Amino acid sequence: MKVLFSLLAVIVLILVAIMGAYTTSLHYTFGIIIPYLALTLFVGGFIYRVVKWGRSPVPFRIPTTIGQQKSLPWIKQNKIENPTSTLGVIVRMALEILFFRSLFRNTKTELSQGPKGPILAYGSAKWLWLGSLFFHWSFLIILIRHLRYFLDPIPFSIQILESIDGILQIGLPAVYLTDAFFLIAVTYLFLRRIFIPQLKYISLAADFFPLFLIMSIASTGVLMRYFYKVDLVAVKQLAIGLATFQPVLPSGIGAMFFVHIFLVSSLFAYFPLSKLMHMGGIFMSPTRNMISNNRMVRHINPWNQEVKYHTYEQYEDEYRDKMKKAGIPVEKE
Amino acid sequence: MAKVEKVKTPKPQELSQIDFKPPTTDWMDTPTVIKPGNFCWGGKEKDLLTLGLPNPRQWSPADEDWKLPEGWESTILEGMAERLAKYRSFKIFMDICVRCGACADKCHFYIATGDPKNMPVLRAELIRSVYKKYFTTSGKFLGKLAGARELNEDVLKEWWSYFFQCTECRRCSVFCPYGIDQAEVTIIGRELLNLVGLNIDWISGPAANCYMKGNHLGLEPHAITGNIETMCDDIEDITGIRVNPTFNRKGAEILFITPSGDLLGEPGIQTCMGYLMLFHELGLDYTWSTYASEGGNFGFFTSNDMAKRLNYKIYAEAKRLGVKWILGGECGHMWRVLSQYMDTWHGPADFLEVPKSPITGTVFENASSTKMIHISEFTADLIKHKKLNLDPSRNDHLKVTYHDSCNPSRGMGLLDEPREVIKAVCNNFYEMPESTIREKTFCCGSGSGLNASENMEQRMRGGFPRANAVKYVKEKHGVNMLANICAVDRAALPALMDYWNPGVGVTGVTELVANALVMKGEKERTTNLRFEDLPGKGGDE
Amino acid sequence: MDKSLKGLLKEKKATILSRWFGAIMESYPIDITGFFQKQEDMFANPVGHAFKLGLESIFEALIEEKDLSEGLPLLDDIIKVRAVQDFTPAKALSFIFILKKMVREELEKEIRQDQISDELLSFESKIDDLALFAFNIYVKCREQINQLKVDELKRMTFTLLKKANLMYEIPMEEVKPSDQETSI
Repeated sequence: MKVLFSLLAVIVLILVAIMGAYTTSLHYTFGIIIPYLALTLFVGGFIYRVVKWGRSPVPFRIPTTIGQQKSLPWIKQNKIENPTSTLGVIVRMALEILFFRSLFRNTKTELSQGPKGPILAYGSAKWLWLGSLFFHWSFLIILIRHLRYFLDPIPFSIQILESIDGILQIGLPAVYLTDAFFLIAVTYLFLRRIFIPQLKYISLAADFFPLFLIMSIASTGVLMRYFYKVDLVAVKQLAIGLATFQPVLPSGIGAMFFVHIFLVSSLFAYFPLSKLMHMGGIFMSPTRNMISNNRMVRHINPWNQEVKYHTYEQYEDEYRDKMKKAGIPVEKE
Repeated sequence: MAKVEKVKTPKPQELSQIDFKPPTTDWMDTPTVIKPGNFCWGGKEKDLLTLGLPNPRQWSPADEDWKLPEGWESTILEGMAERLAKYRSFKIFMDICVRCGACADKCHFYIATGDPKNMPVLRAELIRSVYKKYFTTSGKFLGKLAGARELNEDVLKEWWSYFFQCTECRRCSVFCPYGIDQAEVTIIGRELLNLVGLNIDWISGPAANCYMKGNHLGLEPHAITGNIETMCDDIEDITGIRVNPTFNRKGAEILFITPSGDLLGEPGIQTCMGYLMLFHELGLDYTWSTYASEGGNFGFFTSNDMAKRLNYKIYAEAKRLGVKWILGGECGHMWRVLSQYMDTWHGPADFLEVPKSPITGTVFENASSTKMIHISEFTADLIKHKKLNLDPSRNDHLKVTYHDSCNPSRGMGLLDEPREVIKAVCNNFYEMPESTIREKTFCCGSGSGLNASENMEQRMRGGFPRANAVKYVKEKHGVNMLANICAVDRAALPALMDYWNPGVGVTGVTELVANALVMKGEKERTTNLRFEDLPGKGGDE
Repeated sequence: MDKSLKGLLKEKKATILSRWFGAIMESYPIDITGFFQKQEDMFANPVGHAFKLGLESIFEALIEEKDLSEGLPLLDDIIKVRAVQDFTPAKALSFIFILKKMVREELEKEIRQDQISDELLSFESKIDDLALFAFNIYVKCREQINQLKVDELKRMTFTLLKKANLMYEIPMEEVKPSDQETSI
């Protein structure tokens, strides 16, 4: 049901896109207006969400300590997983953001029979880590590759990236590794939501929709590159026009391009409304991005709530006799 | 849909019929059943009155009617809005979960029950669904498709059931790629429940005691001194040495604070005897306080404000007595509060000095702001500098393993200090499997105020993953003693071990220290602190 | 009798065990996600682990006609788990009787040919014996849960009892847990 609904939603989007692509009079809307609109929604929405998060203070310093604290000089501190310096936090965050450190932690133990009785072995359950890593990195590289359409001349670095990506030199145009990785990874991420019962149970329509959308974007991209070729010169003209805010609409781009750009626009517009905001949120997660130096530097809570206390005076007033009898010193005799 | 199961006698044919069909209902459509043995009794009217908490009344979770106050829905929703504005953590954790499932099988309650709502991701979703409905655009329009749902009484009861089935142990947070911490979500969930008077007796009772009398157990000043006197008598019987602790003494160098669980009941008192012996042997200039007689903080399981109110006594008393620094005993959540909250609430503690061990001269720079150090840090330093005369062979009859308490490991990072201490005082030490210790430690199943007796089955379930790892080292190495640094552990683990691993005892680390400690002028010891014969030195031999 | 039941059971051990395990797992409707069945890690899934290990040893003990007490430590482990998992007593112990059903279904052909009926009857009565053992263990577990509450209270009030000189009147040996362990 959840899956179907999401699939249906994406199919509707594709149909709309096809309609736009085959109606020449709508090309201006689909090629220029909608992308601008989507970009505005994306940038505006993203900033809005981040600002909204930022407006809520961090009242307490609550890092999750995942290693030995700094204490006695001869006890080795885990400077990354229990960081007491800014550098430590930067490394910790970099490991999280670039290499998904916490997902990597997923270990499992297995008991096997050895010659001298059972042996305990530590295996690892790293498929999720691997899948996500491939997914996100491929996504990033593909995005960077797309800069070739917006920049003239094409920077050398992007050309290098492309040549590495296409290093296998299979097919014409050469197959990009990232395209393959990306499609495999996104399929894996989808399949695990279908076949792992726990995941199936917790998944919402909002988890399937972006996956389908991304799949369709990747597919249209691949189709455009290898099968339904589009006029790349015209595409670049349009892209540079968009980037320099002097939009032009060259003719004869090819229908598949409009489908592709419409789906991309949908993703951009949807992004700030959704869980995809984890891209911004990960930077702001207080259990990871804070220095674990609570006992060394006082953290200030901007709204430090006034509360009622039971003071020592009240306590002594109540128990003075009992305290005196027990030989406990008191303030007032 | 939350309903209370009535005990009814099944017909014989019903008995033999076993329902093999698993329901395929979505979690939102699966009712929460509130069953005896699986929940703690509700907070009592008198305790809520003492603490000034909302909606004090006599009520029972087993009743259909929970006597919620008029307009409770808006109280909860306003409470959510307030907390979203106050805590970035809450807001971000509500927004960015992608339901990747990395946390799902990391929770001890899920592992033991298989109940999907015990997966941290779904436990958070219980509240996230309501957040979506009332605080996000997509949830308002798309409803269930976006995972949103209305707040109603069943939802509230579901929250109560599952937020009091989470021990705030933070294990899930270790595995989450965004660091989403279910403990934080549970803390806020419990705050919201408290706004309409839904606490449990095992939390509000101790909190009320602590507020008025200074400690969770409600020990009045003379009872504290009396109990410690009794321990001193026992110490004298065992060692021939009379220790003379002082109480509320002004001008002492150090204020010592430990959870009150150490003052009453086994094996807490043996840990406490350990402190007394260690400090006496060192000639430490320290004092106990009857006013700040609680290190733990059950307010922390109620609301942030309540935690702050209970925590106040520690610095206030240190200031009144004019001590230089504070030494803290073995406790779990106490140290989460002390290391991540106390200074923010009640600092700066500029009337204190940076803790400096009078024995070794070590300055504890890691506590330069809070001015409070952990007994394991203190003892590990003593041992490193060879300031203690230890005879670890007195612990030779023990094969020890060490249980990391959740809070010192994942809310502080105190991992190696206690191990250093144990290795110095015991000859037989064995670690449990790597995935069950240190930052990945399994909870005792009774943390965060859930160590009541009416929910014993729930506790035995929640502690099963921990017990299972102990069983492994018991069978492999013959482990017979489970060491820890937490008062709740000392209260809860004996039952857990009796049930799952009979024959495995439970001890505080300082008890092990005191048993190995050769004190100046002591008589030859024939028993340990539990009056059990020492190996090879038994009186009857 | 030309075919021995023992041989047949040994032959079909793997199938019977896996079906038996599967049937037990179905008594966990709440485990909608199949966690107990799928997670192989013994520390990540102690419940499933206890069952997998326990069922095999019980089955072995039954077909090898061992003294049932040899299979008991692991039966103990299983029932301990069942006893705290929110089942009615009948449901908690039903897993033993399910074995009969599994065996009969697996050996349907042989039963129809009436080759093994005597042996089967005696095998089934052993399962009944096992059920009786299990019942003892279950009751012990439930009693223990209540005992735990009492013990916990005793430990909590230890100091007070001692102060009131109540503790010394009870010789320590009598309250030691070793006494409770002896009977099964």
